[in-house]
Amino acid sequence: MTAVRCVDLCKTYRQGEEDIKALDHVNIEITEGGFVCLSAPSGGGKTTLLNAIGGLDRPDSGEVYVSGRRIDNLSKGELAELRLRHIGFVFQAFNLIPVLTARENVEFVMQVQGVPNRERQQKAIEILEEVGLAGLEDRRPADMSGGQQQRVAVARAIVSRPALVLADEPTANLDSKTSDGLMELFRELNDHHGTTFVIATHDKRVMSYAKRLVRMLDGRIVEDIKQDAM
Amino acid sequence: MHALAILGRLAWRNLWRNHRRTQIMLLAIVLGTWAMIFMTALMRGMVSQMISDGISALPGHVQVHHPDYRDDPSVANLIALSDSDLATRFGAAGFVQWATRVRVPAVVTSEYDSRGVTLLGVDPSRERDLTFVDYDNVEGRFLESSDDTGIVIGRKLAATLNTEVGKRIVLMSQDPDNEIADRGFRVVGLFKANIQSFEENYVFAGKTTTQNMLRIGDQVSELVVLGNDYRDIETEYAKTVDLIGGAAQVKRWTELDAYLGTMLNVMDGFVLVWIVVIFLALSFGLVNTLVMAVFERVREIGLMLALGMRPIYILGQIVVESLLLLAIGLAVGSALAWAAVQPIKDGIDVSIVGEGMDMWGMSSVLYPELLLRDVILANVVVLVLGFLASLSPAWRAAHYEPIEAITKV
Repeated sequence: MTAVRCVDLCKTYRQGEEDIKALDHVNIEITEGGFVCLSAPSGGGKTTLLNAIGGLDRPDSGEVYVSGRRIDNLSKGELAELRLRHIGFVFQAFNLIPVLTARENVEFVMQVQGVPNRERQQKAIEILEEVGLAGLEDRRPADMSGGQQQRVAVARAIVSRPALVLADEPTANLDSKTSDGLMELFRELNDHHGTTFVIATHDKRVMSYAKRLVRMLDGRIVEDIKQDAM
Repeated sequence: MHALAILGRLAWRNLWRNHRRTQIMLLAIVLGTWAMIFMTALMRGMVSQMISDGISALPGHVQVHHPDYRDDPSVANLIALSDSDLATRFGAAGFVQWATRVRVPAVVTSEYDSRGVTLLGVDPSRERDLTFVDYDNVEGRFLESSDDTGIVIGRKLAATLNTEVGKRIVLMSQDPDNEIADRGFRVVGLFKANIQSFEENYVFAGKTTTQNMLRIGDQVSELVVLGNDYRDIETEYAKTVDLIGGAAQVKRWTELDAYLGTMLNVMDGFVLVWIVVIFLALSFGLVNTLVMAVFERVREIGLMLALGMRPIYILGQIVVESLLLLAIGLAVGSALAWAAVQPIKDGIDVSIVGEGMDMWGMSSVLYPELLLRDVILANVVVLVLGFLASLSPAWRAAHYEPIEAITKV
């Protein structure tokens, strides 16, 4: 079964007088249970592709399908519902709601989903322990390091076991040990729960965990490699 | 329900994210609410007192006269029914109070001066609850019966006539045959009134004594009925019309004194305008605060949208924030206004400007009147208009593109 399918995606941004092709006729299909790394230099189009798959950005042309459903023509409300129920996000920066504690940030998505209070709290505490943040549940983002904040964001993205996790440079602020721990957690979820991961990264360590590596350049896919992960 | 819970929590925390801004806004709402309610209480009290004083000069909530009496309030226009007939009809009707009077223009003369006055021939036992005169605060005494031969005049008139209790004055009017009807009276009491002009213009004599002086037999010029509340006199009016049966003209006090009646009607509208005007001043601060709060949180709002929060919930969050702010401000402002009224509810002495106020028919003591419906009106108006004012920034926040908002610097 296909988790994500993009057909002839195009997206152009205007920068000053110049048109930048962020996506140039991109076609990609990712099967359920896939673990894909999108790799590209800055401006290569990986974040734009990730955003298009997550329904955060609309392509100028082409079609995007998630779990077999076309999403590029959905309304804002329908896209929000799709993200809420099926997709977990980890952004490169500004991942957390400043007025909420780590646990409350992790609970946020579940709360909007309507998960009962006790179940929500228990899941949040367990996942925070899993990402190495036991004891920091009641800290607010301002009282945590960048790495700790990123792990809270990861915990929030995976806590409700979405079918698809989209991560944009998830290890950007993490040391190598924490990065490895995080990637192992992603792989474990991928192996045992069948969660599909699409990760945009520069980090070679992250790429080494991927089952499939897609290289992009100037908005085009230039290489698509199936690899034996670590 | 779950969405409301998270909206409430986020809204509450966001409010206190910028303490100083929230506190300043709260202060503005509290002061505005306080001013709305407290000033309304003063205005209500002033108008209410003006109406009460006006009615006490009439006095009575419903009055019965000869159809021509209002144009020519002389002895020629007496009620067609006799006083004893009226007593039979009204005695068992169950009114709070009622009385008949002779009320005619007259001239009072002392050895020094003379003045035009309104002569009220009254039954003192029936007038106690109707008149503006406090029987217990009369220098000397008030009249004791309908055939009392003394006269009670105002202190100010006594000063003008240079007379006092125990001295004699002459009262002069006309009888139904247009002959002079006069009589000497001994001043038995000097009354004090809230409104100085009352002390100058009214003199009280016994009803029977007055009827004898005017040679009108058992006739009267006025019948007055008192209800429980001057704002609601329709029952008394209908009953009086029924009892009179077309033999005389029946009028409500609002018809007898159109100025006071109009004032009562205008007051409610005026209170609403007053509250809205103050709110408009407040709303600039409120909208500014909310807009700033939204601008400060563009990335956060983008993140919430990206995580799957529907735009309608974002809109709800901003609205809940403003409603929380308004609710706290309204509660504190209303409580402060109530507290401010308590020490002065027994009246504020404004006699320093008493003469000026007297011109407008107001007494020199102002009694604030805090009505629950005014408090509710102020609260509802501020909440409803505040809600509307918050929609613009809320709408803007709900329509951010998530990815643009997240990446906004």
